[in-house]
Parts: sequence; structure tokens; C-alpha cells
Amino acid sequence: MMKKLIYSVIAIALSGSVASANNVKIGILMGFTGPIESLAPDIAAGGELAISEVSDSGMLLGGHSVEAIRGDGTCVDAAAATAAAERLITSDGVAAINGANCSGVTTAVLNNVAIPNGIVMISPSATTPALSTAEDNGLFFRTAPSDARQGQVMAGVLGNRGIKSVAVTYTNNDYGKGLADSFQSAYSAAGGEITASVSHEDGKADYSAEVATLASAGGEVLVVIGYLDQGGKGIIQASLDNGAFSVFMLPDGMIGESLTDAFGADINGSFGTRPGTDSPGATMLSELAGSSFNASGPFVAEAYDASALILLAMQSAGSANSADFKNHVEKVANAPGEKIYPGELAKALEIIAGGGDVDYVGASAVELIGPGESSGSYFEMEVKNGKFEQVANH
Amino acid sequence: MDFLNAIALFCNFVLVPATAYGAQLALGALGITVIYSILRFANFAHGELMSWGAMLTLFLTWYLQSAGIHAGPLPTALLALPVGILGTIAMALATERIVYRFYRKQRASSITFAIVSVGVMFVMAGLIRFMIGPGEQVMTDGHRFLIRAVEFKHMTGLDEGFAIKTTQVITIAVAMVMTGFLFWFLYRTRSGKAMRAFSDNEDLALLSGINPDRIVAIAWILAAILATVSGTLYGLDKSYKPFVFMQLLLPIFAAAIVGGIGQPVGAILGGFVIAYSEVLLTYAYRKFLAYLVPGDWVPEGLLQLLSTDYKFAVSFIILVVVLLIRPTGIIRGKLL
Repeated sequence: MMKKLIYSVIAIALSGSVASANNVKIGILMGFTGPIESLAPDIAAGGELAISEVSDSGMLLGGHSVEAIRGDGTCVDAAAATAAAERLITSDGVAAINGANCSGVTTAVLNNVAIPNGIVMISPSATTPALSTAEDNGLFFRTAPSDARQGQVMAGVLGNRGIKSVAVTYTNNDYGKGLADSFQSAYSAAGGEITASVSHEDGKADYSAEVATLASAGGEVLVVIGYLDQGGKGIIQASLDNGAFSVFMLPDGMIGESLTDAFGADINGSFGTRPGTDSPGATMLSELAGSSFNASGPFVAEAYDASALILLAMQSAGSANSADFKNHVEKVANAPGEKIYPGELAKALEIIAGGGDVDYVGASAVELIGPGESSGSYFEMEVKNGKFEQVANH
Repeated sequence: MDFLNAIALFCNFVLVPATAYGAQLALGALGITVIYSILRFANFAHGELMSWGAMLTLFLTWYLQSAGIHAGPLPTALLALPVGILGTIAMALATERIVYRFYRKQRASSITFAIVSVGVMFVMAGLIRFMIGPGEQVMTDGHRFLIRAVEFKHMTGLDEGFAIKTTQVITIAVAMVMTGFLFWFLYRTRSGKAMRAFSDNEDLALLSGINPDRIVAIAWILAAILATVSGTLYGLDKSYKPFVFMQLLLPIFAAAIVGGIGQPVGAILGGFVIAYSEVLLTYAYRKFLAYLVPGDWVPEGLLQLLSTDYKFAVSFIILVVVLLIRPTGIIRGKLL
């Protein structure tokens, strides 16, 4: 492992200093600043791990090296994310983008930058249902499933736990509204009662008024569709303070260590869902990452897979040109072919170079469906003794 | 029993939070009013001055915490507050010396002053972001609650919890002490009387030998003390976030104007009027009513007059209505 790390450091150092024609660049456009800044470093590290793995193998397109270039996708500031993506493409000359993270900026970057420049973009974490129907010229994929799917899973989890009525609060943006809508229709269809659905704005110091409204409506559980470093945290704080709710349902944007660090055992018994799978891929990625970053964090596996899919598709197309390899992404992601897990990218490159087929499973058990998005598998998480634990799969 | 439940519910979600919020607004509005009555301009930089004071207090709190000094059940920030106040006074006097004095000597109009204060606000906001960053910071430590909602339920056997946070009690207590101090200063001390004279009639005050530079300096010192205390209390009770102080300007100004600008009593009154209106108008009364009327009378809806998203609109509406109907404010203050 240490050896590998040293090699990759040397590789990065060299590729930085020696500009060669045999160098493919991949943009890593993640929300390094903004509401998910505590998650972004691990997500980016996941994406970069696949890139250094392929680069080290020296087998991409007959010996190209690969370089990751970071850009700040900010999560909420569409103008800043668009500018960062524009810079990645025009000034750094990236061949494809792994990103962005949040749904709103991903839509903006896709429409304003990726499509006009004809660059393939694979998001590891944009989950709004709206992106399923976006007019993308076949350039956009995501290794995260649409929220329409997560909404159904959330309703299922509540059903399994026998919870009949909930109050819902969602962050007032594309992600929050989209997930809240899909959850509410799935939960109502399953016979659950939604006592109130209240939006909240991020970035306020106090959420007691929103919580007062939700408390008045009642419900066994408060479903908090928001961000763990932002309004979502404020809502939980205010609910605990005035005793309005003590059990919360937390979808993907709310699951992270900073939440349990802040509340600890106070939110014991709260539960949630996040994309993930117990296919061997996740463990293999954790082993591969070692102690350099937290590979089991949200969307880290998806980011690794997004980078891997880009590079394998390039190999399959025999070209690093987006127009050529965009049609190969689904081919390498799905059956038939040899199953490929994290750490086996060199093997995959070799099989493809030899004319064989691969079925990339990766860290998150990727299976691309419909308009190029992951079919999705979810973990059910529960807070036990002040820590998130995986309790089931869906 | 149901009646008691309704009372507990109302206290928990309306009365206590609104009272603490009102006290924070009142202290902020007092600062606006002090500057307005002496310097005759609306100081838009007051929100950032609050933020500045809270930031300095927070830095010192961190230092004290790392040195292992705590205030027992009370938040450590209270120990750091006096030094925070000194730092904020230095900041206020520096802006007076560097920026406002120039315009004062020019006898600039109050509109010019107000625009200048907007500039000061932006500079100060930038400085604060440089020093502490834009993120949320937790200020409070010590015991978080005086009464926990769950404990209250066990104690009384009621279905509704009623929580009182330590910071809410501290807010109200400190606000009362501060107001007492301000009134004692304005009505009992020589400098306070000179300030009131200066505010009533500048020319007569100058004729009787009152030094205007000294009065202005005292006004800034008072404003800085009030700003630091209100900023710190807001940060303790809610959380410290540099961005929210610009949003706080609207309710604070509304409070000062509704009460009667230039009138200290009016600022306090205005603070509570705004706070109670914001909370009462955006509260959903369904559960409250459910305790008081027979079950089948309870309507389907939430009985909420305004969505909580419109909280800030409430102070805006009150401001407009007051300016239309009674522009001098509740206690006859100076016309803006």
C-alpha cells in the first residue's frame, strides 16, 4: 500500500511537471466549499483513486497517463460552478468531468458547459429526478440513482418500521423539493399520512419557527430532507431543544459524521437511507483506500465508479474524445462481460484492449438503466450509541 | 389538564422563544436609537458591529476554553464578554475617527451618513469573513437547559413538553441589566444628561459648553457595548453565523422605528412588538386549539396565518404600516 502511495505521488508529481501529449485529464468538480464541504474531500479522493489506479497501470489507450484536476462545484452557487467547469474544459483541457455534486449546479453545468462543449459528465451524487429527463445529447450519466428511487425506499423503510404518520421538512432547492415530492407520493400511496410539509431555507441561525409549525402538525417521526452542515442540522437542533421530535428520518444529504459528532446519542434511534451496497466492491474500495480517506462515506464509491466508467469507456472507444466514448459508457457498465471490482481496473483495461467485454460492478454495484443513471441500491442506516450504523439493504 | 397542555405548548413554542428574541432585538434597536439620537443617521453597520463583537467574544471564549477556564453551568462566553466589548469599542471609535468624523466636520446630510454606514458595513463584513470565515460556529457551552422538555413532562405529567434553555434566561437577564444600566447612565449621570441635551437641541447644548466630540464618542461606546451584548446573546441562543447579521438589520430597524426612533423606551417596546408579531403570525395554532375545543371542531389545516418563510416579511409589513399610520412610532420619536 505504502509503495503504491509513493508511486502515485511520484506519478502525480511527474505528470504535473511534464506536459505530454499522452496525458488525459479528468475534471473533478466537487463541492469543496459550501453546504457539503465536509463530504466533498472524501468524494474527490474516491474519484482520484480510480484515476491514479488507471494512470499507474499505464494501459489506457496504449500508455496514456491520467491526471485529475480539481474544480470547486460549490453545491449551491451555479455561477461559480459553471465558471469552474468552463475553466476545467477550456483552460485545463479536461476530456471529461466527474461531477458535479448537488443537483442544481449539476443541471447548470450540464446545460451551460458540458453540452455546448460536448464533454461527457458523470455525476456521483446529483439525484434529482429532473435530470432523468434532461436533454443531454447522451453526454450525461450518473452513478447515483434518481431520488424518485430513494423516495420509494424511504417510504418502504417507514412501512417496515410500522410508522403511520410523519411530518416532512425539505431544503428549498431542486434536491429537497424533488426528493420530498417523490417521497410524499410514495408514502401516501403506501397508506402513510403526511401531517405537514414545510420547506426551510439554508443559512439561517434559527429554525425554531419552522419546527414549531411541524410540531403543531404532529407525526411520529420528522423526515428531514436537507443538508447536514446547513438547515437540516438547524432543524434537528431546534426540534431537540424544544422537544418537538426526538426521532428523525434522514435521507442521504443528512448522513455523515458531522451530524453524529454534533448530536451524538441525542439522536439515537433516528434512521435513514443512503445509496450504497454490500456487494464486495465497497469493502474492496475501503481496503484500496486504506487510511488515506474514508471510502465508506456518502458518494465516495460512486465517485470512484464515475472516474472508472469514464476511463473504461475511453479504452473501449479507443479514444479520449467525448463524442467517441459517450456511447461506450453503458457498454462497459452493464453485462455481458467479466465483472470488474475496485482495484481491478488494470485487468479491465487489458480485457478491453484485447477485444473482450467487461461488466463494471465497481464499488457501488453500478448498473446503468434508462437515461444513463444507476438503478441504485440503498443502505438503511440507524444511529446507535451516537454513531451511524448500517442495519439493512434495500 | 388540556388547558394546562395548551399553556405549556404555547409557552414552549411561542412565549419563551419570542421573549428571548424580543430581548435580542431590543438591545440591537437600542444601539440604533442611541446613534440616531446623537448623530442623526440610520447606522446600517450596526448589524456587523454586533457580529464583530460576537466574533471577538467567540475568539476569547475559545482561548479560555483551551486554557481550561469555564464558567461552570454558564456559557464561557459570558466571561469573555467584557474583553469583547472593549475590542468592539475600539472598532467603533476607530470607524468614528477614520470615517465618520470627516463627514461630521463637513456637516454632511443624514442620507450621506447612512450611505457611508452601508460602506462601513461591507468593509466590516469582509473583515469578519477574513478573520473567522463564513461558517457556523457554536458559541454556547455549559448547561444547555434549565428545564428539558422530557423532564418537564415527567415532572408535571403533561403531554406537552416545555423547555427553557439556559441561554434564553441569560438573554433576558442580561438584557434587563443592560437596559437598567443604560437608563441609569442617561438619566442619572452628568455625561448622560449632556447626551440627552445634545440630542434634544444641539445648538443649545453647544452653547452651554458641552463638547460634541466627547458626546459622539460616548454614543459610539454605548452603541458598541449594546452591539456586543446583543450579538453575543443572539449567537449564544441560536448560533453564530456571519451572514445572519445582515438579515437581522431589518427586524432591528423595524423595532427602532416602530417604537419611535431616538426613544430608548420605544426601542425596547418595538423589539418585543416585532418579535411577538413574527412568532405569533407564523405559528401554526392547530395543536394549541386541539387542546381547547372538542375534537370534532379541530380543522384540517394547520391554522397558520403566514408560512414561516415570510417571517421577515412580518417586520417589513409592520414597518410600512407604522410609517403610514403613525410615522413617529409608538412613543413619539423623531421623524426619519
